[in-house]
Amino acid sequence: MSVTYIDAIREAQEKVLREDGRVFLYGQDIARFGGAFKATKGLAEEFPGRVFDCPISEDAMIGLAVGAAIEGMRPIIEMQFADFSSIAFNQIVNQAATHFYRTGMPVPIVVRLPSGGTPGSGPFHSQSMEGIYAQYPGLVVVTPATVSDAYHMLIESVKLDDPVLFFEHKFLYRWLKAKSINGDGLPIGQARIARPGKHATVVTYSAMVHEAVRAADRLQADGWEIEVVDLRSVKPLDLDTVLASVARTGRLLALGEAFPWGGVTAEVVAKVTEEGFHLLDAPPQRLNARDTPVPYHPKLWAAHRPTPESICEALRKLLSF
Amino acid sequence: MPVDGDFLREAFRSMLRARILENKLSSLYKAGKIVGGVYLGRGQEAISAALGASLIQGKDCYAPLIRDQAGRTAFGEAMIDCTRTYLGSVEGPMRGRDGNIHRGRPEMGMPAMISHLGAQVSVIAGMLFAKRLKGTLDGSVGATSVGDGATSTGAFHEGLNLAAVEKLPLVIVVANNQFAYSTPNHRQFACGDLVERASGYGVVGYSVDGTDLLACAGVVGEAVKRAREGGGPQMVVAHLLRLAGHGEHDDGSYVPSSARTGHYGRDCIEVAMRQLVEAGYATVDEIFSWQEESAEEVQKAVAQAQQEPSPDPYREDWTALSTKFPASTT
Repeated sequence: MSVTYIDAIREAQEKVLREDGRVFLYGQDIARFGGAFKATKGLAEEFPGRVFDCPISEDAMIGLAVGAAIEGMRPIIEMQFADFSSIAFNQIVNQAATHFYRTGMPVPIVVRLPSGGTPGSGPFHSQSMEGIYAQYPGLVVVTPATVSDAYHMLIESVKLDDPVLFFEHKFLYRWLKAKSINGDGLPIGQARIARPGKHATVVTYSAMVHEAVRAADRLQADGWEIEVVDLRSVKPLDLDTVLASVARTGRLLALGEAFPWGGVTAEVVAKVTEEGFHLLDAPPQRLNARDTPVPYHPKLWAAHRPTPESICEALRKLLSF
Repeated sequence: MPVDGDFLREAFRSMLRARILENKLSSLYKAGKIVGGVYLGRGQEAISAALGASLIQGKDCYAPLIRDQAGRTAFGEAMIDCTRTYLGSVEGPMRGRDGNIHRGRPEMGMPAMISHLGAQVSVIAGMLFAKRLKGTLDGSVGATSVGDGATSTGAFHEGLNLAAVEKLPLVIVVANNQFAYSTPNHRQFACGDLVERASGYGVVGYSVDGTDLLACAGVVGEAVKRAREGGGPQMVVAHLLRLAGHGEHDDGSYVPSSARTGHYGRDCIEVAMRQLVEAGYATVDEIFSWQEESAEEVQKAVAQAQQEPSPDPYREDWTALSTKFPASTT
């Protein structure tokens, strides 16, 4: 029997609802309907009075969560799509993120953000917004790439006293399966070596971990051993693991699915250049999505985001220095 | 709702304390002793105090906005919280990390506002929602104030609609002071009276003369009572005029003299004073003695805050997260 990434998210919510009376779920179409992606299927029936459908009011959903957290609750808010969190941007970055610093009272809310592209989902149901939120002080931004991380990091997110933006990748929902949800017990804030290697390091997160591993497998045929670092959380960012990997390989490719201007990959390159310039044998490289809105057509979409081909190409360039 | 004398005395004293405090804040600002801005509730004290005095600290929650010094005072905020925050004392609730009216004590049911208007509506809704889930709602209410400008925001709409859908005991006071910063009502909304919106949200609406303490106390008292009794969200629109600029940096010269000399240009404190004296709830001498007490209280609160240390950037821990992640992470 196997567990999918979306199963893991559902199971994690079931577990926290069962074990922590402070938890409730609030989001659009999440009660009887079970959510647009079925991440809350059956939970409204299993936990009466704790799973709520709400109006299409992303701003007010987060405001409500902050108020509930002030009152000691641990709300989990489902944004139907990460893209729609732009409507809640103010409440997330100005209300939730500043609350602890300003008042000394943390607001433990978890916002689940179905994120990233899938074929045909187009400009407004595909975005990767982690870099935007990571830019704001006061938020924890996590980006699980594995079934086990989806499960354990969601449970851990609910336990954290700070607001957590939980970026779950829609492309992984049903495609990614594991034999069980058991994991390696890494805490939020620690990266993982997803694939060991010695010639170059790819630092990435979320669905791109799998594309990077595919690219690394291809380059193996040519004798290249590529190390893939899965950041797991982009904020905090585990620079130690990244630097240790770059120290082994001397070469860095920062890979992400978000738009190319700034963002997580830029931050990784900047930090490694600052702290580990002496470790680098080649100019650090970045590979991101293209600088256009995410296109609708599957052919365009597939070429908009990094692919194993474009990752291999970037790595060959990196290895050629 | 009939209003009792003790309530009016309490509300009026809060108005007086707020006015005298704010006059001092204005002087301090003009003397360069307060950095940032000073935002006064002059002219809005009656509606603000009526709301604050109708709430029970420890049971109710209240998100004041920028012109609610009187409401904060009536709700029970210590005056020293105000002077410490304005003067940047590290002893204040915001410890110099935020200033002026952006202060609160969420643990006492008074969250700290952010500048983005309408944003506190859903926060108060969330506090009430949580109380209901915890089973501690028990006749408590949540209240917040906004101005006419905030009613144009998406946050106001989302928050009030959500509160109505959830049937929460939320009392929202809209102080229509005719100008959002410099923008007059006719460039802000196209309905006749903002109270017309209440029925669209499925909430109970009230319209009141915001310069009349007696009327405000009656209407707000009724709204709070109905919310307490399970009547769902209540929306009170108070008509008044801001008797100051948007902040003390602003002379409000855009307010036409006809507005200043019109009915809503009257000073609610003078109106309330007459009401109290005429009804026999207070004597003129008593009111003078309250005035003196308030002036003394203000002097003390200012002097204390001025003596206290300001935040030290070298001792500040410069962290926005309560979770301690390993130092190697960034």
